[in-house]
Amino acid sequence: MSDSQIVVDRVSKGFGALAVVDHVSFEVADGEFVAIVGPSGCGKSTLLNIIAGFEKPDRGEVRIDGARVTGPGRNAIMISQHGSVFPWLTVQDNVMFGLVGESESERRARAHRYIDMVGLAGFEKAYPHELSGGMLKRVEIARALVVRPEILFMDEPFSALDALMSLKMQTELRRILEEERHTVLLITHDVEEAIFLADRILVLSARPTRVQTTFQVDLPHPRKLSNPKAQALREAILRELGL
Amino acid sequence: MPQDREGLGEVLRTIEGKLARIVPPVLLIGSLIAVWWIVVANSESPIFPTPAQVATGAWALAEDGTLWQHIEASLFRVEIGFGLAFLVAVPLGLWMGWVSAAFNTLNPLFQMLRPISPIAWIPVAILWFGVGDFSPIFLIFISSVFPMMVQTTVGVRTIDRRYLRAAANFGVSRWVLFTRVVIPAVLPEIIVGMRIGLGVAWLVVVAAEMIALNTGLGYLIMDSRNAGNRYDLVIASMILIGVIGLLLDGATRLLEQLDMVKWRYVR
Repeated sequence: MSDSQIVVDRVSKGFGALAVVDHVSFEVADGEFVAIVGPSGCGKSTLLNIIAGFEKPDRGEVRIDGARVTGPGRNAIMISQHGSVFPWLTVQDNVMFGLVGESESERRARAHRYIDMVGLAGFEKAYPHELSGGMLKRVEIARALVVRPEILFMDEPFSALDALMSLKMQTELRRILEEERHTVLLITHDVEEAIFLADRILVLSARPTRVQTTFQVDLPHPRKLSNPKAQALREAILRELGL
Repeated sequence: MPQDREGLGEVLRTIEGKLARIVPPVLLIGSLIAVWWIVVANSESPIFPTPAQVATGAWALAEDGTLWQHIEASLFRVEIGFGLAFLVAVPLGLWMGWVSAAFNTLNPLFQMLRPISPIAWIPVAILWFGVGDFSPIFLIFISSVFPMMVQTTVGVRTIDRRYLRAAANFGVSRWVLFTRVVIPAVLPEIIVGMRIGLGVAWLVVVAAEMIALNTGLGYLIMDSRNAGNRYDLVIASMILIGVIGLLLDGATRLLEQLDMVKWRYVR
């Protein structure tokens, strides 16, 4: 058995005659941050949905901590582009949604700590429609982290935000990951986001998607994209994407 | 531009907005009453009343208390019939929305029963329940249960998948899934269903009372006509029915102000 936490083993998936994911294999180590970039519509989201257990592969399998994935679980929480913060619950109730066991006061205290960590202290009683897009992302991140998942799946988490807010959230995410260790698998079409955040970057091909190339990002945090090495990496990845 | 002037402009705009919503309908209704008055006064109709005669007739009934009895009787039937329909429609709607087999089995039957006018049920209701309170209650039930059920079912079937996925991701129990996700997500649809259902219930109670009973606003209309062409009371009852219908709808709409469902109404 390898020491990889996530093993994607020759996963294929199609919809009818349309092959979407074609024999994709890769592994993610415990605590590693892996970004997946690829052209739009290449099947990135489908791949992540399979890894997270929301969809079944036609062939191949995904193993997390050695066990075959058969469905979603609270050890690996998905954060997606459009978000899934419940609009009918307050910030506090959203963050407490996944908490079970313990006493009510312990759960409240735990929720509060994470609301604080994402910078939303004071907004516990607010409803989502009263918050901005960036704040909603913070709620979603807090709701995910509070159940202490080992893995975070992120499907273009910041792409619905404006450019400035997206940069801010990337920095925040890095800060949080310094405080708490998580394995992260991020899907993005933003090459700079991938370079800023990830330890390793997989470039996917057009549909049916395969892993085309892998890049190691050997730069210390906090990273500067103006760094020549980062720039060279960006050029190389864009070239892989045919740009 | 100075701050306080902007503030003043804001206040003026709010007042303007409120007036724009109140003044035109009041003017419209006022001028309709005026036209009615002028036409009746000029035609010197022996039967059709002027607004003043309607008001006087209604006042007399209000003073001797019979008006309230009729209103109460109608409202009571609506309460019971609508309440029973709600208790049946919402659980059934949730079930049909959630379980495809339930939907496939029950939906064709309900879609067949739904277009049958409540008026068509009146003879059957009289046969089954006689001419007491049960007949109108049954008619109200049958006419308001389907809109609420359909609305609830649609609500469940259109819950955004990302919310269900989030719930599945956190591995919550079925109880939490239903009480924290499914029911709150459907609540706005249920409220829409309640508004439709209550509107239909109020329509039907009056129709039912015209045929089979000796209390209620529907009865008051038929009785006033039969007992010496008291068209002042006929018109008064019609206006009352309209006003009460408006108030019932307004009361249901207050539910839209609940914090839990506001998300659906803000843009």
